[in-house]
Amino acid sequence: MATMTIAKAINEGLRASLTSNPKSLLMGEDIGHLGGVYRVTDGLIKEFGDERVVDTPLAESGIVGTAIGLALRGYSPVCEIQFDGFVYPAFNQITTQLAKIHSRSLGKLTVPVVIRIPYGGGIGSIEHHSESPEALFAHTAGLRIISPSNAHDAYWMIQKAIECQDPVIFFEPKRRYWLKGEVDVENAGLSEDPFKAHVVREGTDATIVAYGPLVPVALAAANAATEDGRSIEVIDLRSISPLDFDTVEASVKKTGRLIVAHEAPTFGGIGGEIAARISERAFLHLEAPVIRVGGFHMPYPVAKVEEDYLPDIDKILEALDRSLAY
Amino acid sequence: MGSTQLPPGTEETLAATSAAAAAPGEPVEMVQLLGPDGKLGTDPVFSDYAKRIDPEKLRVFYTDMARIRRFDQESTALQRQGELALWVPLTGQEAAQIGSGHASQPQDYIFPTYREHGVALVRNVDLAELLKQFRGVSNGGWDPRENNFHLYTLVLAAQTLHAVGYAMGIQRDQKLSDSNDPKAAVIAYFGDGASSEGDVHESMVFAASYNAPVVFFCQNNHWAISVPTEVQTKVPLANRAKGYGFPGIRVDGNDVIAVHAVTEWALEHAREGRGPVLIEAYTYRVGAHTTADDPTKYRESAEEAAWREKDPLDRLEKYLRNEGLADEAFFDQVKADGDELAKYVRSTTHGLEVPDIRGAFASVYAEQHPLIAEELAWFEEYSAGFESDEETAN
Repeated sequence: MATMTIAKAINEGLRASLTSNPKSLLMGEDIGHLGGVYRVTDGLIKEFGDERVVDTPLAESGIVGTAIGLALRGYSPVCEIQFDGFVYPAFNQITTQLAKIHSRSLGKLTVPVVIRIPYGGGIGSIEHHSESPEALFAHTAGLRIISPSNAHDAYWMIQKAIECQDPVIFFEPKRRYWLKGEVDVENAGLSEDPFKAHVVREGTDATIVAYGPLVPVALAAANAATEDGRSIEVIDLRSISPLDFDTVEASVKKTGRLIVAHEAPTFGGIGGEIAARISERAFLHLEAPVIRVGGFHMPYPVAKVEEDYLPDIDKILEALDRSLAY
Repeated sequence: MGSTQLPPGTEETLAATSAAAAAPGEPVEMVQLLGPDGKLGTDPVFSDYAKRIDPEKLRVFYTDMARIRRFDQESTALQRQGELALWVPLTGQEAAQIGSGHASQPQDYIFPTYREHGVALVRNVDLAELLKQFRGVSNGGWDPRENNFHLYTLVLAAQTLHAVGYAMGIQRDQKLSDSNDPKAAVIAYFGDGASSEGDVHESMVFAASYNAPVVFFCQNNHWAISVPTEVQTKVPLANRAKGYGFPGIRVDGNDVIAVHAVTEWALEHAREGRGPVLIEAYTYRVGAHTTADDPTKYRESAEEAAWREKDPLDRLEKYLRNEGLADEAFFDQVKADGDELAKYVRSTTHGLEVPDIRGAFASVYAEQHPLIAEELAWFEEYSAGFESDEETAN
């Protein structure tokens, strides 16, 4: 067991993959000597050289497009997109090419590309640096979308993403980069499968589903609810596509109430998909409508008002109150 | 021009003689060896490369150009008869494709756009496979690894980046292995229209930065559907290479000998580690953009007629006849071969199986995916409902 931050855990996970898989390589803007703007790739260029830790030209479509070409040649590229709001220049390569090449080739070609994206708000940043675009990618068949919320998962999930033969978008909760946690580098344990949800807190009265940066918020809300005598279950989704509906369904069948929280706008978001599926699968078990807590239908607001925008403990508790009032 | 390890004098000669150095308003140089009159000229750099082409190879060039033109006619007819949803004709661009395709080696990898039927022919792709996409039964039937010929890419210029990444992979392979694999390069095909796409710019930036072994082969066929090249660029497209720091050459795209010579030079340049090259093959799309297009809406027939005078097959036929390199029997045989190919394509098209959508479920992901499994199970149950209805009805 070792204690490390999420950023360090990803760094160590990348190091482990670069060591075990000679065909893996990292590419992105400023990831070499600088170690990335968040230092997630810190020190790796010294260890593996500039052919495997590649400082690219400043061109996101170019990063993903050339990564696809490298994958077609048998490599396992891991791209870093510097910030969530800068992934859009690569959107065409991700959705029309990366997601479809396996299908287009009737399964003959695989493109095991990983795209790391620091995402989400809460850090007082300027425009385009606080967004949560995961639903845009989850809507695209052919991609897998995962997001760790703790250091142990971060260490193992990045390695599993690199091993996966499908393209994986790896959303990193940037405001939790410095959150420390225990990492077992010997045993993945429950992290073995990056596409399964985890029940991270058991309860009986209601279920809160969250992922990435909001998992600690959901846990804090659940703890606060105990003061009112409520027993709240919390699920860390971990994977957004595929989405582990079985785990959510089992929990809802136990608690009868479901809150879904994410930073992304609720309209057209992952919460709506979960609400629809759960209403199909567990309609007669639901004591209340599924309630979503998320961003408003607006461009991510300026930093000084982002607290009003972001889901927090109070907003989740308010949603719990509404659910429990039914 | 950027690199310094060219054969002695080549770089200087290119700068002096090719289109590379032209500025707006200056006359544009173009490498041409075989003129429309069927006479073979000379070029200070590329005549040496043209000399490698023996008469048998010239006859192969002619045969392939004639075959792919016949294939193009047959495919257009198949579309007109409702057998294909769409066809993308290449007529007029045979020399650009057959010449460049033949310059590639088996270990080279080709990224076509969607009109490179001639290159597919040279790379031994079963031409019936190309038709699957246009009949709506597959988005790309062939295995790209068998012939190192990638699937057609319909989103313009996306493949130019894949080509550069693939070339970066070749560079790394050479360092990873101590095998004696022949050195390889990549060709990225695109057109004058696609040259405006940002991905072309990014691909050239990446290729230049990493000195990637890639040849950008731009067929300037003068029309991006209805928009002329002048709207895409104010300078000869080959000149753009200069801005990235690698050689750019405009070649007469209807001259199969010059296209072959220039592409062979460029591929050797790339394989030897001297970096990327841009070739602009100056040619013309004689027919429509696709069978859904109507060129009479946007261009003069006189322009088409002028380009027909520069036909790539006619000029090679003249040369072969004048030089006594091919007789009447040869041309009769070529025609017979073309008809045979057309017959094969027609019969194969009729026989193309309509796939089962279960195959689509199976190829979305390489690894197991619960949503795919769930939706497939639903589809099976739903379909089975119709079957049991039928049983009841019977």
